[in-house]
Amino acid sequence: MTALLPRRGLAQILALIVILAADRMVSPQFFDLRLQDGRLFGSLIDVLNRGTPVALLSLGMVLVIAMRGIDLSVGAVMAISGAIAASLADGHSLPVVLVAALGAGLVCGLWNGFLVAVLGMQPIVATLILMVAGRGVAQLITEGRIVTFSSPDLVWLGNGAILGLPVPVAIALGMLILTGAVVRGSALGLLIEATGGNARASELAGVGTRAMILAVYVWCGICAALAGVIAAADIMGADANNAGLWLELDAILAVVIGGTSLFGGRFSLVLAVLGALIIQTMNTGILLSGYPPEFNLLVKAVVVLAVLLLQSPKLSGLAGIAARLRRAKA
Amino acid sequence: MILKALFAASATAALLLALPANAGQLTIGFSQIGSESGWRAAETSVSKQEAAKRKVNFKIADAQQKQENQIKAIRSFIAQNVDAIFLAPVVSTGWDSVLKEAKEAKIPVVLLDRDIDPSGKELYLTAVTSDSVHEGEVAGDWLAKTVGSKPCNIVELQGTVGASVATNRKKGFDTAIAKHANLKVVRSQTGDFTRAKGKEVMESFIKAEGGGKSICAVYAHNDDMMVGAIQAMKEAGLKPGKEILTVSIDAVPDIFKAMAAGEANATVELTPNMAGPALDAVAAFKEKGTVPPKWIQTESRLYTAADDPQKIYDSKKGLGY
Repeated sequence: MTALLPRRGLAQILALIVILAADRMVSPQFFDLRLQDGRLFGSLIDVLNRGTPVALLSLGMVLVIAMRGIDLSVGAVMAISGAIAASLADGHSLPVVLVAALGAGLVCGLWNGFLVAVLGMQPIVATLILMVAGRGVAQLITEGRIVTFSSPDLVWLGNGAILGLPVPVAIALGMLILTGAVVRGSALGLLIEATGGNARASELAGVGTRAMILAVYVWCGICAALAGVIAAADIMGADANNAGLWLELDAILAVVIGGTSLFGGRFSLVLAVLGALIIQTMNTGILLSGYPPEFNLLVKAVVVLAVLLLQSPKLSGLAGIAARLRRAKA
Repeated sequence: MILKALFAASATAALLLALPANAGQLTIGFSQIGSESGWRAAETSVSKQEAAKRKVNFKIADAQQKQENQIKAIRSFIAQNVDAIFLAPVVSTGWDSVLKEAKEAKIPVVLLDRDIDPSGKELYLTAVTSDSVHEGEVAGDWLAKTVGSKPCNIVELQGTVGASVATNRKKGFDTAIAKHANLKVVRSQTGDFTRAKGKEVMESFIKAEGGGKSICAVYAHNDDMMVGAIQAMKEAGLKPGKEILTVSIDAVPDIFKAMAAGEANATVELTPNMAGPALDAVAAFKEKGTVPPKWIQTESRLYTAADDPQKIYDSKKGLGY
């Protein structure tokens, strides 16, 4: 248990509980669940279901950030893979659609990884290229319109249910377990943390840093592509202008809320996904609250600030000093 | 994107080859913003159709969302001495000097779809635009008439916060339903004009309103959000179009598909045909010297299931939406 949820996860869990309680306050039926057409139905399920794209993005992003990188292109990759999936959906079987869409994500990841690992570009600039160009590529595929489809297989991927759980949630859970098994089940996680902490030292110690950087960007691309397919399946269409728009920022935020430093090093997959859920719990709460939409961003910013302050080592240090001072006076 | 490149290429070619027009035939240059949305693409194709219908020699320059490209295009239209210039301005300011050049060359300019800063009012002949406040009113009036005297709780999906279209469509709708005490907007949230957000917001509306049982109608500032909301209602086991009335704005093809399936009730058209009235105004001005009013308002037509939605869908889907 301690391995799964390290002590540093306490702040995140606390934050999630507080936000859930706040949601319960603005919306008394928040925890109500019922079965609708063989699928669980309720605000909690909405949180999980709507949080899926950012959770998937954060799974790839956390590894990239642990390696001292960053991937700004994930939103654009979502748009590309969604566009490919929607264009192929009617007329091709689901495996073909998935291979094509995820393959596109893989290629995008390779491109980013190549720029960073081989050409040695700054990750923020290297991935900015695809962030801008990628959306153009997606618009090229859809010819600027919303491409709709009716293939029941792909629709199931976005709106179906497995044991009452929405399919996207099951996929995200599966990806979390898979990524966890690969990264933590081997020495890979340790090597990633070592490289993120000190790339030169790790290289001298014999770690193949270049291949590893390439690999994490590829994984990030595949995760983003999967999120894009799910986003397209959800609305039964690919909206190249808006799919995944600004979600790269939410993904980075989820990773940071999950306690992974932007300077690389130690990371936690579970906490990054928890970070994504914290963001979505807040978003859903805002939608349920009935406040005018002008407040959305303000509320979001205040809550994020509070969560990050909760984790700030300097602030907890200050609190410790204050407590000691009080004790000294008494 | 390919289309865009073709446009740019053909526009350049048209400029280079600028042959003198036949006597009596009007030559009109159109500086289009670019292909920012499906509606914009539809506007471009409808403009071409309308020009062909009137046998006008029509040249389109695609500005790729840049004002400097539009200014360049206008200057080259002036150099070719066209009979009139159509301009869909990408921004509302910074047009004074180039419009003065057109005025000095005695070439009338007609604004399409968007207006410009008030300081330039005497620099153009007329502006053909839709009134988005009126669009909201048409939607509200339809709902009031359909509901009658029953009490009706409405949920509203707003456009992007701060967008003038969203503000206006909300204002118009609110004005229309204010006359009816039985109509009440119980929830209003932004869906950013997108399908995905429309769906997400509608999901939360349904939960917040007791599983959607107390919702009588949905009003969305555009059809895309409504398409998402319809999916959310269906997934919640509700019947949009029957149990819950829907009214939205834009009249994009997909809302007609939903209407044909009985899942949507009404939409108010933001017509892509801005060039038609503009062409007529220019023709009258050139032939008889009739000066058009400063603002030509396009029709905000209401479509319901009674208008053969399948047929409209078929006719609209090829326009590039």
